[in-house]
Amino acid sequence: MIERLTRIALWIDERVYISKLFAATAGHSVPRTSGSWFYVFGSGTLVCFMIQIVTGICLALVYVPSASEAYSSLEYLNYQQQLGWFLRAMHNWGSNFMVAIMLAHLIQVFLFGAFKYPREMTWISGVVLLLCTLGMAFTGQVLRFDQDAYWGLGIGAAMAGRVPLMGPAIVHMMLGGPIIAGETLSRFFTLHVFVIPGTIIAIVSLHLRLVLTKGINDYPVPGKLVNKETYIEEYEEELKKDGVPFFPKAISKDMIFSGLVLLGIVGCAAYFGPAGPRGVPDPSLINTAPKPDFFFLWLYGVLSLMPDYLETVLMLTAPFIVIGILFAVPFISNTGEKSPRRRPLAVLSVLFIFIVLGVFNYLGTFAPWSPHMEAWTSAATPVNYLEGRSPLERQGALVFHNKQCVNCHSLGGAGGLRGPTLDNVATRLTGDQLVRQVIQGSGNMPAYGKNLNPSEVTALVAFMRTLHSPTESPARDSTRSEQAAAEKTPAKALAQTGEMQE
Amino acid sequence: MAVTEPETLKKEQPKTLHIEMPRRAFLLKLGFILNGIAAMFVSVPVLGYVLSSFRTEGPFKSWIALGPVESFPENQTRLAKYRNPYTRPWDGPTANIPCWVRRVQGEKFQIFAINCTHLGCPVRWFQESHLFMCPCHGGAFYEDGSHASGPPPRGLYEYKYKIENGQLWVYGGQLPTLNQSA
Repeated sequence: MIERLTRIALWIDERVYISKLFAATAGHSVPRTSGSWFYVFGSGTLVCFMIQIVTGICLALVYVPSASEAYSSLEYLNYQQQLGWFLRAMHNWGSNFMVAIMLAHLIQVFLFGAFKYPREMTWISGVVLLLCTLGMAFTGQVLRFDQDAYWGLGIGAAMAGRVPLMGPAIVHMMLGGPIIAGETLSRFFTLHVFVIPGTIIAIVSLHLRLVLTKGINDYPVPGKLVNKETYIEEYEEELKKDGVPFFPKAISKDMIFSGLVLLGIVGCAAYFGPAGPRGVPDPSLINTAPKPDFFFLWLYGVLSLMPDYLETVLMLTAPFIVIGILFAVPFISNTGEKSPRRRPLAVLSVLFIFIVLGVFNYLGTFAPWSPHMEAWTSAATPVNYLEGRSPLERQGALVFHNKQCVNCHSLGGAGGLRGPTLDNVATRLTGDQLVRQVIQGSGNMPAYGKNLNPSEVTALVAFMRTLHSPTESPARDSTRSEQAAAEKTPAKALAQTGEMQE
Repeated sequence: MAVTEPETLKKEQPKTLHIEMPRRAFLLKLGFILNGIAAMFVSVPVLGYVLSSFRTEGPFKSWIALGPVESFPENQTRLAKYRNPYTRPWDGPTANIPCWVRRVQGEKFQIFAINCTHLGCPVRWFQESHLFMCPCHGGAFYEDGSHASGPPPRGLYEYKYKIENGQLWVYGGQLPTLNQSA
C-alpha cells in the first residue's frame, strides 16, 4: 500500500517537478545570520494576506456589493449568518495585523540597509505592496458601507475635487457618477476584490522571486560596507561558507512568529468582535461625526491642523512627494554602511516619522479640532462654578451652554477642545477684552455680535469673569482705574460687580 | 527560434534556410501587427467603457420640488431632503440628499449644500448661535453661509432655487466640490 502511494507520489513529482520547485525555493541557501528574529516580519505579512484572502472569499459569499443592500447584508453577517461575525472580525483584525506587521517589516528592512545594492527592486516592489495594502485598508473601509464609509468617500471626493481643471472629472471618475451612490460602491468593490488583490499577488511573486535571485539581506555588521564591485562575490562566498537552507534551518522563527500572528488575529477577533457597521449610509442622517479607521487617524489630524493657505498645495503634492521619496530611498543611499549602528540619520528619521505619526494618531483618537456637537445639551457645568454666584452670572452660564460656546470651549474638562479651555479665562482677559472677543470673534472663533443681545453678552461676560482659581485674581486693565471703567457703561459695571463679589 | 539556431539549421537543412528565414520573420511581423490591431479593437471599447465616467456633463442636474414655500418659516433655517434626480435602482439610502434651506424673507431664500467646503462632511445648523458647525475638522459658517472660522477655504455651497406654483424648487443632483459648486 505504502509502496503504491510512494509510486504515485513519485509519478506526480516526475511530471510536475514539485521537489525541484521546493529545492529551488524553500530549500534555497541563505546566510546563517538571516535566521534572526528581526527577519520574521515579511513572512508574517504574507500570512496575514493569506488570512485576508480566505476570510475575504468567505465574506464575499454573503456580502452584497449594492448601495441599497450592503448595509443589511453586513448586519446579516453579524447577527444571522453562522459565525459571520467571527469571519468579519478576523478580516478586520487580519487587516490591522497586516498593516502593523508590514510597517515593522518596512522599518526593519530600512534600518538593516536591505534596500541597498543589489536589492533596489526588492525595496521598490515592497513600496508598491505597501501602497496596495493601504489601498486595501481604505477600500475595505468603504465596503463596510456605513456612515463613516459614506463620509470618508465624501472626504476623498473633496480632496480630489481640489485638483485644478481636472478636479470635477476625477471626482466623477472616482464616484462613478455625480454623487456617492450605487456605482461608487461597485467600483470600490471591484478595486478591493479584483484589481488590488490581483496586483498584490503579482507583486508579491516578484518580491519573493527577487528574494530568491538577489538573496536575502545578510545581517548587517558595522564596518562591513556594500561595494558594488565586490558585494555579490562576498555574498556568494558567505553562502558557501556559512549558508544554511531556508527550510528547515532558517524558517523556524518565521513559523513561530506566523503562528503567534494567526493566534493573535483569532484571539483579537474573538475578544473584540467585528467592527461596525455604524449607521445606515444615508446622507440625510446628518447627526454623525465621521471618523477614519485607526491607520488613517494621523491623516485626519494632518488634514485638520494644516495651515489653510497650504492646504490645497499640500493635499495634492505631499502624497506624491512622500511616495517619491519612498521609491527613491535605494538611490539616495545605494552603497556603504548597512548597520543601523553606523547610520544615525536613518535611525533618527524612523524615530521622527513614527513620533510624528504617533502623535497625530493619538490626537486623532479624541480629535481636539472637532467641536463636540452634543456638548451644549450634555456637558455638565461644574458645581463650584455656579455655587454662590449671582443670578446674572448663573444666567451667563446658561448662555454659555445655550449658545453652544461649550461645543468648542470646555469647562471642568467637559465640552469641546476646539478653542482654549475657559477654566481660568478671567486671568487671561479683562472684561473689555472678553466682550470684544465674544462680539467680534478672532482667529478661529466666529463673531457672535449678531447672535447675542447686549444682556446676553453682559451675563456671559459676568460668568466668565468668575472663571479663575481662588488663588489668582482676574485680569485688570491697568490703564484705567476700576471705578472709572465701572462708570462708563452699565454692562461693564455689571461685570465689575460680579468681580467684586468674589 | 530560427535566429538562435542558424548553425543546426545550416547542418540539417542548408537548402531551405534562405526560404525559411524571411517566411518566419514575416509571420512574426504579421503576428505582431495582427495582435496590435486586435489589441486596439479590444482596448478602445474597454477604455471607452471605463473612462466614460470622466464625463461630467450629462443629465445629472434638474429642478426638484422641496415642498410648499409656507413650510419654510421666515428667518429660519431648516433641513430639507430630496431624492437625487439621477439615480440607479440600487442606490438605496445614498440618494437621499439633504440640504439646508434658509428663508431670509418673503421669496428670498438661500439653499446650502450639506457638504462642508473643507472636506465635504455634513455641516449642522445651530439655531441658538446661528452657526453651521462641521463635526470633522472644526469649520464654522454664519447663517448666510459665509465662512466664520476653521479650515474651510470658502463659504457654504449654494444651490440655485426658484419658486413656482407656491413650491420651492432646488436645482440639484451633483456633489459639490471646490472646483464644481452645487
